[in-house]
Amino acid sequence: MSEIVAAAVGMTRRFGANTAVDGLDLTIPKGVVYGLLGPNGSGKTTAMRMLTGLLTPSDGYAEVLGTRLPGNAEALKRRIGYMTQGFTYYRDLTVLENLRFIAEIHDLPARRKRQRIDALLEAYELRAQAGKLAGALSGGQRQRLALAATVIHEPELLFLDEPTSAVDPETRRGFWERLFDLVDLGTTMIVSTHLMDEAERCHRIAILDQGRKCADGTPPELMEKAEGRVVELAGDDLRRIGRELAGHPDIASVAQIGTRLRVLVAGAPTDAEAVVAQALRGQPELSLRAVRPNLEDVFVLATHGGAG
Amino acid sequence: MISARRTMAILRKELLQLRRDRLTFGMIVMIPLIQLVLFGYAINTEIRHIPAAVVDQSNTSLSLALTQMVEATQVVRFEQRFATVEAAERAIVRAEVRAAFVIPHDIDDRLVRNAAIFGSRAPPAQGDTARPVAQWIADGSDTLVAGAIRSLRLMPLGELFREPVNAPAPTFEVTLFYNPAQRTVVNIVPGLVGVILTMTMIMFTGAAIVRESERGNMEMLITTPIRPLELMIGKIIPYIWIGLVQVVIILGLGAVLFSVGIAGSPGTLLLVTLLFIFASLSLGLVLSTVAKNQLQAMQLTIFILLPSILLSGFMFPYEGMPRGAQLIADLLPATHFMRLIRGVVLRDADLADLGPDAAWLLGFAVLGLVVAALRFRKRLD
Repeated sequence: MSEIVAAAVGMTRRFGANTAVDGLDLTIPKGVVYGLLGPNGSGKTTAMRMLTGLLTPSDGYAEVLGTRLPGNAEALKRRIGYMTQGFTYYRDLTVLENLRFIAEIHDLPARRKRQRIDALLEAYELRAQAGKLAGALSGGQRQRLALAATVIHEPELLFLDEPTSAVDPETRRGFWERLFDLVDLGTTMIVSTHLMDEAERCHRIAILDQGRKCADGTPPELMEKAEGRVVELAGDDLRRIGRELAGHPDIASVAQIGTRLRVLVAGAPTDAEAVVAQALRGQPELSLRAVRPNLEDVFVLATHGGAG
Repeated sequence: MISARRTMAILRKELLQLRRDRLTFGMIVMIPLIQLVLFGYAINTEIRHIPAAVVDQSNTSLSLALTQMVEATQVVRFEQRFATVEAAERAIVRAEVRAAFVIPHDIDDRLVRNAAIFGSRAPPAQGDTARPVAQWIADGSDTLVAGAIRSLRLMPLGELFREPVNAPAPTFEVTLFYNPAQRTVVNIVPGLVGVILTMTMIMFTGAAIVRESERGNMEMLITTPIRPLELMIGKIIPYIWIGLVQVVIILGLGAVLFSVGIAGSPGTLLLVTLLFIFASLSLGLVLSTVAKNQLQAMQLTIFILLPSILLSGFMFPYEGMPRGAQLIADLLPATHFMRLIRGVVLRDADLADLGPDAAWLLGFAVLGLVVAALRFRKRLD
C-alpha cells in the first residue's frame, strides 16, 4: 500500500453528553480522494475539524502529514487547505482582493503571489469576475473562488466539507473536474458529503452514522458486498405494499423510485427474491427482479439495515 | 515573531471593508461633529433664568422694586405670582416653578433694620434686627439649581435706597487661570475628545473579532498561518487613523465654534491622544474576545462608556468622588486621558508634568493587546 497521508485512531469527540464522533479509525493513502459519506449530523464536519487541528479530540488521536494531533497544529496549517461548508471568504471584498488577502496571509512572496493569482484566475475561470464583489457572484463562481483561495498555497492535503451540496449538477461536474486536476498534481483530498453522486466519484469512502464508521472501502467493493440484497418490485398499489413490507423483520428498507419499489433485504440472504416473495405472501400481479446494488443501497444498508 | 506581510494583509482588508461600509464611514465624521456642536452648546453648569414664583405679602413699592432687582440678576425669572406660600409650594410640586420668593408683610421694616444695607447707621437694635429680608423656597433636588438660588443669599441691596453698594473687603483674592471667563465649554471640548474616542474606538474594535466569527470568516482565518498578534495589530491600525481624524474634527471645531484654543504643543497633544486611542482600541479587542456576537460587544461597550462619561471627570470633578469611586475611575483609560488632554489643551502641560497618566495608558494598551492575543484561540473548542 502506498504512503499514508492521514490517519485517525479511535478518534472521539464529545460535546457535553453528546458524542459527535465515536472511536473513528481512518487510513487515508496519498493521492486519493477519500469520501466521508454520512447523513446530516453523522459527525463528518467534526471529524474533519479534528483532522485539521481546529478541534481537540476527547479521546484517541490523529496523525496528519506526520504531525500528531492533538499537538502543534500551526506548522500543519501551511500544508493543508480547508474549504468549509459555507462560503467563509469575504463577501464585501472582490474576487481579486480575496485572493490577494489569502496569498498574503499565507506569506507568499510578491512575485509568487502574482503568478499564483494569475494562474488561478485562469484555471478557475474567474478572470472576468476579478473585480466583482464575492457576495455578488453566482453559486458556482463563488464555489470556484473558494476552491481557488483554498489551494492558493498549493496544499498537499485538501479538506472539503460538503463542497457541492449547494450547487447544481452541471456546476458539480465542473467542480469535480478541477478536483481531479489537483489529484493529478499529487494532492490528497478528504471530502465530506451526503450526496451519492459525489461519493461515487471518490476513490475510497467511509460511511459514517451517528459518529461511528459503518463501512469503508472503494465504492465498487462496497457495492459488491451488498450484492444479492436488492430486489425491485413493479405493479399496482405500490404505496400500500411498501407500507406492508416496511414493517417486516426480513426487510431492511423500502423506497419508491418512480413506478418501482426498491426493497433492501436484511441480513445475508441466499435468495433475496424468495425472501421478498415470502414477505408478500403471494401477490401475483407484482413482478420481482433482483438488481445490482448502487451506492445509495450500500449507504442505506450501512446506516439503517445493519451492515452485517 | 510577527510577519509584516500578514499584518499588512489584515490592515488592507480592514480598510477595504471599511470603505465599503458607508454607514460606519459616515459615523466616523458625523459622531464627533454632531456631538461636539450639541454638547458644546447644550452643557452649561452656569444656571440662568430658573423659573420662579413670587409670593408678595406686603405689596409695597419697595417689594416691587426688590422683585425687579432680583430678576435683574438673571438667575431667576418670575413666571407666576401667588397669594400664599402654600400655593407656591404646590406650584413647585407640579414643577411649574423651581423656586418661590416669599416677601413678608413687614418687608419695609426688615429692610430698614438690615445691617448689610445701612451698616452702623441702621436704627438701634430692638432685639430682632438681624432678621433676613425675605425667604427663598427652592426645589433642592438638583444641586446645581439649589446652588444658583443660594448664590442670591448675600445679594447686595444698597441700590434699593440709593445707598452706595456695600462692597465688603474680600477675605481672599481669587485668580482663575485658564478659564477666567468661567465658560463651561472650555472644560467640555477637550473632555468630549475623551468621551467620543472612548465610544467610537471601543465600539469599532469591540465588534472587530466578533464580526469575523459571526460572518463565518473566522473558521477560514484560523486554518491559515495567521498569528493572533498579527490579527490584533492589523485590526487596530486603521482605527488609530480614524481616531486622529476625530480628534482633529473635535478640537478644530472647538476652536472655530467655541474659541477653545490649544495652549499646549501639537507634539504632546498627538502623543497623549495616540496613547489613549491605542489603550481604547486594545480594550475593545479584549471585549471582542469576550463577546459572542455583535450585540454583546455593543452591550459591553456601553458598560465601559457610561462610567467613562460619569466617573472620568468629564461631567463631575474626580476630586469630589469618594475614594472607592476614584479607584474605579482610575481603572478607566478615559479618566487618565481627561487629565492629559485638559492638561495639554488648557494648561500647556508637557509630558514631564503628565508622566504618570501617560505611562499608565501605555501600560494599559500593551497589556490589553497581549491579553486579547492570548485570549484569542485558533481553535473551535
